[in-house]
Amino acid sequence: MSVALEGRDLVKRFGRVVGLDGVDIDVRAGEVLAVIGDNGAGKSTLIKCLTGALVPDSGTIAVAGKPVTFRRPSDAQAAGIETVYQTLAVAPALDIAANLYLGREQRRPGLLGSALRMLDKRGMRARAEEAVRNLGIDTIQNLGQAVESLSGGQRQAVAVARAAAFGSRVVVLDEPTAALGVKESNQVLALVERLRERGLAVILISHNMPHVWQVADRIHIQRLARRAAVITPATHTMSDGVAIMTGAAAA
Amino acid sequence: MLGVRRVHDLLHRHPSISPAVILLLTCVVFTVLNQRFAAPAALSLLVQQTAIVAALAIGQTLIILTAGIDLSVGAIAVLSSMLAAMLSVPPSVALLVGIMAGFAAGCLNGLLVTRIGLPPFIVTLGTLSIVTAAVLIYTGGRSVPGARLPDLLTWTGEVINIGGFRITTGVLMVAAMYLVVGFALGQTAWGRHVYAVGDDPDAARLAGIRVNRVLFSVYAVAGLLYGLAAWVLIGRAGAASPNAIANANLESITAVVIGGTSLFGGRGGLTGTLLGSLIVQSFAVGLSLAGVDNQYRLLAVGVLVIGAVSVDQWIRRVRS
Repeated sequence: MSVALEGRDLVKRFGRVVGLDGVDIDVRAGEVLAVIGDNGAGKSTLIKCLTGALVPDSGTIAVAGKPVTFRRPSDAQAAGIETVYQTLAVAPALDIAANLYLGREQRRPGLLGSALRMLDKRGMRARAEEAVRNLGIDTIQNLGQAVESLSGGQRQAVAVARAAAFGSRVVVLDEPTAALGVKESNQVLALVERLRERGLAVILISHNMPHVWQVADRIHIQRLARRAAVITPATHTMSDGVAIMTGAAAA
Repeated sequence: MLGVRRVHDLLHRHPSISPAVILLLTCVVFTVLNQRFAAPAALSLLVQQTAIVAALAIGQTLIILTAGIDLSVGAIAVLSSMLAAMLSVPPSVALLVGIMAGFAAGCLNGLLVTRIGLPPFIVTLGTLSIVTAAVLIYTGGRSVPGARLPDLLTWTGEVINIGGFRITTGVLMVAAMYLVVGFALGQTAWGRHVYAVGDDPDAARLAGIRVNRVLFSVYAVAGLLYGLAAWVLIGRAGAASPNAIANANLESITAVVIGGTSLFGGRGGLTGTLLGSLIVQSFAVGLSLAGVDNQYRLLAVGVLVIGAVSVDQWIRRVRS
């Protein structure tokens, strides 16, 4: 499988705090790469650098082998990388369809769109419904609902649907099951597997070891701002992983 | 309980329902108190008096939708009107310079909010003083009486008689402003981004929206709208005075808030603002027709503002 996204020797400092201290990462098309690590190990910083939310101080990022520079999230989006942030990054007062297309609204064809810049609300709604249906999300019925009226799991599904609808290469999920119950978590994990089946590269950041061992193909362990190891669920047990993560065992 | 929830859902989806109901009730009550309220003469007066605040409240709505606030509304409009009235150049050039000065002042607000990252309250409190002082220094505190104003500037005060209703060209201009900005807010990506930025700026940024660009554009457009409102102001007052519309800041904010736009941003719209402006003015016209002391109008508006914000808080509370 080809490498969809890679970072080499990434460094990010916040004042005197070193968030990333020369980290390498790579994720291939059609695999789920989990990123685990203790709080403060640099997981979120790493992800933000890969998705344009932060600009690394040094190091290189390449998409499908070509070097890129991400200055803002929209740069990463243009390269086919979509992110579901832990905070979900949805606009609560807007409806589901508007949220799916937030930041890349489509205009009406013809003069209405080009001269008056009028939104194609009906078209976006129809395509949003199709995207939600294709992902097998059956918990969301009415896409005209405001996002703030949804449950945590439904909001997560909206955010994942948005990423899946637009991510052509990589989908990054930051703690997608942290706030969810068992049933809703399983639905999100099923979504992750569906993204992999579509040939996308998936990066999954999680604290939940059973979830990681359930869906990940490889596991990147982040410790003290560095990559401590890359293991697989087949070769290492959950307690091996936790031992490396906490420094109790060498990688 | 089901009924309450249904009302909540309805108001949540259509925040302009509550001001519409209030305006309807207001009109019914005042008509009962004095039938002249519903006569074309009083209604024409109502609409003409509403025009200025309603025009200024468009820009104020845009800014409040982004969770900001503009205290320099009135000062900027006065700046535009005085430049248009006093510059010794052909009237059309003076008018254009005046309107563009409003645009420039809006851009200044926008730059300070986005580049220096100051809170909008502080920025516009500062530009309120700066612009007010600049106008007083420039004009020496003197007004320009109507007789010395060119026809172009007072054109917005010209009356058009439609079946007994006396509408001014200024009123039509304000209506056009509502239509154009309302279209931009409701039907374009820019409008959607304005809501998203006010709703949750971090989420908007992560969704790929250039938050600072949207914010800057909102302040710039608001400044331009204040400049246009200044033209309507000159026509309505029949003169240009540096001391005009002293209460414009609070009145425009009142209209926006009564109209159901949330001070926390991301919720509301121009329909509500127009209704809010009409409510405030209908109190003024209605109470004077009913022979009630004008001070009661202020009291009623105060009660309305607090009521409107309480309703907003209730609407924002999301059931889980």
